[in-house]
Amino acid sequence: MHDAHASAQKPVSNNNRSIAYRGGGFAPKPVAWAGATLLIGLLVLAEIGTRTGFISALTLPRPSAVWNTFVELWTSGLLFKHLIPSITRLAVGAACGALAGIAVGVAIGLFSLARGALVPLVAAIFPIPKIALLPLFVIWFGIGEGSKYALIAFGTFTPTVVATYGAVDAVDRTLIRMGQSFGLPWWSIVRKIVLPGALPGILSGLRVSLAIAIILLVAAEMLGATYGSGAYILEAGSRYDLERLFAGVTILSLLGLMVSWAVGQAEKRLLAYRG
Amino acid sequence: MHLRVENLTHSYGELTVLDDITLDIPTGRILCLVGPSGCGKSTLLRMIGGLEQPDQGGVVALDEPPESSLNPLTYIFQDFALLPWRSVAGNVALALEHHALSPNERDTIIADVLARTRLTDFADAVPRQLSGGMKQRVAIARALAVRPAVMLMDEPLSALDAQTRELLMDDLVGLFERTPFTAVYVTHNLDEAVRLGHRIAILSRRPGRVREIVEIDTPLPERSLTDPALAAAREKLWNAMRREAMEADLELADA
Repeated sequence: MHDAHASAQKPVSNNNRSIAYRGGGFAPKPVAWAGATLLIGLLVLAEIGTRTGFISALTLPRPSAVWNTFVELWTSGLLFKHLIPSITRLAVGAACGALAGIAVGVAIGLFSLARGALVPLVAAIFPIPKIALLPLFVIWFGIGEGSKYALIAFGTFTPTVVATYGAVDAVDRTLIRMGQSFGLPWWSIVRKIVLPGALPGILSGLRVSLAIAIILLVAAEMLGATYGSGAYILEAGSRYDLERLFAGVTILSLLGLMVSWAVGQAEKRLLAYRG
Repeated sequence: MHLRVENLTHSYGELTVLDDITLDIPTGRILCLVGPSGCGKSTLLRMIGGLEQPDQGGVVALDEPPESSLNPLTYIFQDFALLPWRSVAGNVALALEHHALSPNERDTIIADVLARTRLTDFADAVPRQLSGGMKQRVAIARALAVRPAVMLMDEPLSALDAQTRELLMDDLVGLFERTPFTAVYVTHNLDEAVRLGHRIAILSRRPGRVREIVEIDTPLPERSLTDPALAAAREKLWNAMRREAMEADLELADA
């Protein structure tokens, strides 16, 4: 006690260490420029490497050449000839798969019988590489658009089911008790409490299932499609046309960005209450 | 509405949580249930409102609820149970939407209960923006909207800080003063019990039995914690509860 008093009166000397800060880190913040900088940096490196001959033309196409190919695709109108069928297939297939997945997932979340019957089934079909089933889908739904829709829908379905029933399980039980205590009918509890409560989980599940849908889109288009980004990439690959191959891959990345942006917008609007 | 709990017994597997409970819940009075944690008081409250089924015995209504009551047995929960995606007015509306009311009637009820809980200015706010005390006032408004015959309150102030708790107790006393209601009020806080309870039933530690019932006749608005009669009642309750609480504290949850 006496010491503390004495040291308080002493002038600040070298003996007075300030307490070292040790509470930082573990809180990553979004850095807006970092993503673009890395991407541009890699492209510049590739450009320099291919121009100086450090990277051979067989290993990697020149980014500027890929850009030129892309511009040519755009001006010739061929881009949309490939992109529009792709987007249609993605939209129809993913919408069917996601809607069916949400319906089945909610059923699993609500009914014991559905849970008992469907959870093992979904667990059994989840790990099947859906691409392996494409020949089967061709027999079932024909070589045309039907089999492509089916493949994408099937691939989107299983992850959506798993995400949805997890989200329904995670809905706060006290809110459901509250609904019952106010005498809400069963359907009102589902519509006004369970579904909105499960929405955040369903949307984050959609991010994953839509990315899977894009992968399957390409796979489906590689087997028997004249137009579509997959067909374009396959054709370029078989001719070893790296510029076109990379232009095709760029289209797919853009598609992925668009889907992710769309889900982000849906989250922003529907989950605005979370602030 | 006059309720009676009759010979209610309930077990979870081997573990008896409530043992032969008989309690009278008369109209227009607040019955407080106090007891050490884990004594089954919240379970009992859920059974009174039909959210859980007892193994034996049950709860009977000795008269009909008033015609005007939309939801005779209405809960107020410890954690408020508000829908985070609905506004204050929307949360109150949730309790009314499935009843045959015209939009006009519904809006009138919502405006009335929000005024009574001093929330009119916050009708469009979402729960995230509200303080704990405000959230519980929304839950109280929602309960008042369905004109309950009996309010079933499960530790309604336990999630709040001490100052907010005081203020909300004043609010509850004010609401009772204007229109007396019947209530079962579960708490582990003796100050709340002597402040709000007309009858205070002490439950023993598990298996919960009614150990003692203390009656306090002082009208709610006249009660203050400095009142010697209340202090004596609190002392009496604490003496009855102390041993139970100490022994409950030494038990394993699943023993």
